[in-house]
Amino acid sequence: MPDPSLHLPLCPRLPASALRWLPLVPVSLALTDFARRLAKRHPAMFRRLGGYAQARFILDPTDLPVSMLLEPRGGAPRVHVSRRKLQGDARIAGPLAGLLGMVHGAYDGDALFFSRDLVVEGDTAAVLALRNAIDDAELDLSAEAQAMSGPLSAPVKRLITLTEARTGVALSRHEEDYGW
Amino acid sequence: MVMEIVCPAGTPASLRAAVKAGAHTVYCGFADETNARNFPGLNFDRTEMRDGIAFAHSHGAKVLVAINTFARAGSEPLWHRAIANAESAGADAVILADLGLLAHAASHHPGLRRHLSVQAAAANADMINFYARTFGVKRVVLPRVLSVAEIAAINAETEVETEVFVFGGLCVMAEGRCSLSSYATGQSPNMQGVCSPASHVDYHDDAGALSAKLGGYTIHRVTKGEPAPYPTLCKGCFKADQSTGHQFEDPVSLNAEKLIPQLFKAGVTALKIEGRQRSRAYVAQVVRNFRAAVDAQAAGLPLPEGMLASLTEGQAATAGAYKKTWR
Repeated sequence: MPDPSLHLPLCPRLPASALRWLPLVPVSLALTDFARRLAKRHPAMFRRLGGYAQARFILDPTDLPVSMLLEPRGGAPRVHVSRRKLQGDARIAGPLAGLLGMVHGAYDGDALFFSRDLVVEGDTAAVLALRNAIDDAELDLSAEAQAMSGPLSAPVKRLITLTEARTGVALSRHEEDYGW
Repeated sequence: MVMEIVCPAGTPASLRAAVKAGAHTVYCGFADETNARNFPGLNFDRTEMRDGIAFAHSHGAKVLVAINTFARAGSEPLWHRAIANAESAGADAVILADLGLLAHAASHHPGLRRHLSVQAAAANADMINFYARTFGVKRVVLPRVLSVAEIAAINAETEVETEVFVFGGLCVMAEGRCSLSSYATGQSPNMQGVCSPASHVDYHDDAGALSAKLGGYTIHRVTKGEPAPYPTLCKGCFKADQSTGHQFEDPVSLNAEKLIPQLFKAGVTALKIEGRQRSRAYVAQVVRNFRAAVDAQAAGLPLPEGMLASLTEGQAATAGAYKKTWR
């Protein structure tokens, strides 16, 4: 596991600044479609959310000019990306690398909280439920993106691998090796 | 002989991560108030428990099921069902604290190995031997208030195996007797399985300064860049008389990896890692670290340098009561 105290990598300026002018409606639709496909493949994640499957989460990558409203909606999730201040039940803020690293098992959420790389506000119980549900789901967003890319799977994989190597951001699942 | 490492798992994914990282034994609990880590999104349903135990066994690891809260009057069947379900799922032992549950398990599930939870706060040999004679307890998890010398003295007077915490969160009180969380929120680890329940925690970030409230009480405020502790009253920052500070306990984690040789000499059987509320990333790293350490200890090699500082609360560690300096 990378050491979070060694500073999380920040999103490069070029893609970050692209989000300043990119139309966000298609981005929101694409992310909603991605989330719904994930939901179909990982229904247990929503069961684990329990009573918080209807909560509204603001995910705020602090190195991007946008934030996201994630509504799990009991397994029919919706994602809304905005440059404005969003309203929700809970807010999780930190560098994109930290947020994706938690999803992929590269970083421990509590350690990021201790080191102040991660900020949590609002319904703390909902945040815990989301963190635990995602951690248990063992998601690999790169593998999911490839699976959804059909004939473009191979170039998508190459692009992800290149981006991961260049930025240091964990874009794919951190596999636990057999230590023994 | 290799000391057994007993590793936490809050989810099936963490259980698999612990086993893959080299855990000899994993402990976990059902998703209800029968275990002392009853947090949102955490723990195992019955099917997950059965599958998790099967996975561990297929890799040569054991699973202990923590049923270590105190049964609420009138609701004992919830705890009794948990014990029965642990046995039918194939658990290698249950970890109990409640005297009534120990008696129930001994009489209704005699073939199920019984461990005494740290929540029972058994801190001397007479007490431990009483549990062994009366309820057939085979192992005791010692409270985090004993020095290495005191642990050695206990082991000299009992045949019961001893298990001690070596890494993770610390409690300032003798376990099972702390009511601080209950005072602020009405819920405690002893009864509801939650210390400082997340539903009662409120963080506020003000230009980088982080305030934490528990049950409406502001319990600490850290400045920008300063490490943050868990939102527990025992780690809170308070004003008393003329001083302001951590009146109960500093926000640090236990790390006794350097004491493994002394704990071995003191007769300790198993080393326990705290953190069922932590992620699989934490579990994998800590387990791998301690497995390397106990294997080095058994082989007579120097202990490897640890890499766990970033995972500790307040990003600082202590050997706790094992090296008592404050008495």
